[in-house]
Amino acid sequence: MAKESWFTEFPEMERADLISIRKALDESYREFSRSYGEIIESIFDPLLYFLVWFEKLLLASPWWLILFVIVGLVYGASRSWKLSLGVIISFMLIGYFGMWENTMRTLSIITVCTLLSIGIGIPIGILMARSDKTQAVVTPVLDIMQTMPAFVYLIPVVMLLGIGKVPGVIAVVIYAIPPVIRLTNLGIRLVNKEVLEAAVAFGATRQQRLWGVQLPLAMPTIMAGINQTIMMALAMVVIASMIGVKGLGQPVLKSITNQYFTMGLFNGLAIVTLAIVFDRVSQAYARRSQRHMEGQSNA
Amino acid sequence: MLSSPKDPIVKVRGLSKIFGKSPKASLTLLHDGVPKEEILAKTGDTVGLNQIDLDIHQGDIFVIMGLSGSGKSTLIRHFNRLIDPTEGQILVDGIDVMQLDTQALEQFRRHKMSMVFQHFGLMPHRTVIENVAYGLMVQGVSKLERTKKAGEWLEAVGLVGYEDRYPSQLSGGQQQRVGLARALCTDSEILLMDEAFSALDPLIRSEMQDQLIALQEKLQKTIIFITHDLDEALRIGDYIAILKDGKLSQVGRPVDILLNPADDYVEAFVRDVNRARVLTADVLMQPPACRLTDENLEDALRQMRGEEKEYGYVFNENDFRGIVSRQAIEAEISKDGECCELTQLMEAVPSVEPGASLEQILPTSLEQPYPIPVVSDKGNFQGVVSRKDVISALTERTNDNGSTAA
Repeated sequence: MAKESWFTEFPEMERADLISIRKALDESYREFSRSYGEIIESIFDPLLYFLVWFEKLLLASPWWLILFVIVGLVYGASRSWKLSLGVIISFMLIGYFGMWENTMRTLSIITVCTLLSIGIGIPIGILMARSDKTQAVVTPVLDIMQTMPAFVYLIPVVMLLGIGKVPGVIAVVIYAIPPVIRLTNLGIRLVNKEVLEAAVAFGATRQQRLWGVQLPLAMPTIMAGINQTIMMALAMVVIASMIGVKGLGQPVLKSITNQYFTMGLFNGLAIVTLAIVFDRVSQAYARRSQRHMEGQSNA
Repeated sequence: MLSSPKDPIVKVRGLSKIFGKSPKASLTLLHDGVPKEEILAKTGDTVGLNQIDLDIHQGDIFVIMGLSGSGKSTLIRHFNRLIDPTEGQILVDGIDVMQLDTQALEQFRRHKMSMVFQHFGLMPHRTVIENVAYGLMVQGVSKLERTKKAGEWLEAVGLVGYEDRYPSQLSGGQQQRVGLARALCTDSEILLMDEAFSALDPLIRSEMQDQLIALQEKLQKTIIFITHDLDEALRIGDYIAILKDGKLSQVGRPVDILLNPADDYVEAFVRDVNRARVLTADVLMQPPACRLTDENLEDALRQMRGEEKEYGYVFNENDFRGIVSRQAIEAEISKDGECCELTQLMEAVPSVEPGASLEQILPTSLEQPYPIPVVSDKGNFQGVVSRKDVISALTERTNDNGSTAA
């Protein structure tokens, strides 16, 4: 038989058609980025200025001052001397092994990414909790954001904005924002129905319900989401370094290509240290602020 | 408002609620008298409430009672529009609640009605005093003022010293006291209580019932109280409405419900009630059979013989003095000589108050051979309760014995 039957072979599209589709899409996106790239880039300029300023601030300040501020924040959030001491030792070791500058760069970009994710994610989560329709639209988008390989959405971002800090931040935020959105939505939906009904019955407005009842009661869940978001942002550091984000990711990338095992290990451990510090501090803070919810704990 | 005191403060007309996708079709079926189950089968909709008419008067404790699924919680949520009806009208103090827009509704909820919830509905992240002051906080009352007022109400429910605790640190009974104080703190005229005491254990529950009755004597609010417990309904209710499958079975005073149940459903409910605790002397009493005012012994004896009574009740003007037996008079007359006066022959006897329950009357009634006089605390004679009345009230179902009818 000269012709293949659709019965034995999957009926494929003509190769020429496929190529023309690809060409059309690529062309039009390239066209779009050529004509609008600069405008879009300028929209992100304030973000870039802030990123640069924050990184410079961390790099220019003396190490002991930064350590003092970090330990101050850690103790303020956790009220634990043990944790604070652990943080001091970890940062001393990082500095001693020559990774202080890269750690500061990573710290600055992670901080900005986390703040952005919270700032964008919580309002989206609130909107989702308010309407089932919004939830039905947003949920699949979040699924895509979490499962789509990061390299795939790096392509259009890089095409549009080039390499550098801003596309790095965008890539990290896309990857890290879903948990905070999901858990804000979940937390608000899980608020005790009767408590909310009580607020309505006493004539609370929508704003009063949101700020006075829903958000405070959803806080433990939202904090868990923020914690997850921070962890995922840190996990993206190496991938972000591929598009020019400086920090602990770059030495790791270098050691992959050159097979420098020890260099990769040290920098990897520094990332782990940052992650543990962020995790412990945010969890300790969440626990402390929710103590009255745990029943008779301090009765 | 221009409502005269006789106008009901809450007036519900033709209230129906359909849960489901095609309320209009279901409503038409409902008006045609199609039963709830058939509507569910035909349209997939659940009938929550079925054409309810209700009048609730100022100062009453109005109990809405029904089993789970009867629609009682749905009904109470219509009064402050936590649920919107499918059809019907709700007038509160002359205001058509259905016509209120969002802002007006918020104002209405802040000032007209407050609510107590089954599982308390307290805010776990606020202290006790902040919870009590919540209604005022929502209204925008200053912190100083609302804390002061909340403190007063906390005192009224007996929770002084707990101001800075969190709800999770209190027992169930204490938490519901906080819920009650929170509802009272806004000074609204109407109190909605949704199974407020159902989650509490029996001892605490009766304590709370007593506290509510005591508070109500002072405050004279209009209280709409939901319960599935008939004993509770009979204990605190001035009026009781019985709800079944979203429809009212009967509305009336506790005694009416107990003695004249409107249908089999209500009767089945009433069957297990401890009547001895609910029925009171004033319900059972009758005018005294033989009222003696004459001082002459022979006249008295003649009257008693004529009415075939063994005992006579002696009155001086309108004051009840005591009981005299026929035997005693006959014996006195058969003794020749100076006749003494009726008052000398009579015995002073134990009496009961009109509000005394059957339980309290029972021992006296069994000890004494004659019907027991019912005398108010001001000394007014009101009637007598015979042993036969007591026993038939305890055993008879409905008014097939005329003597139990009030």
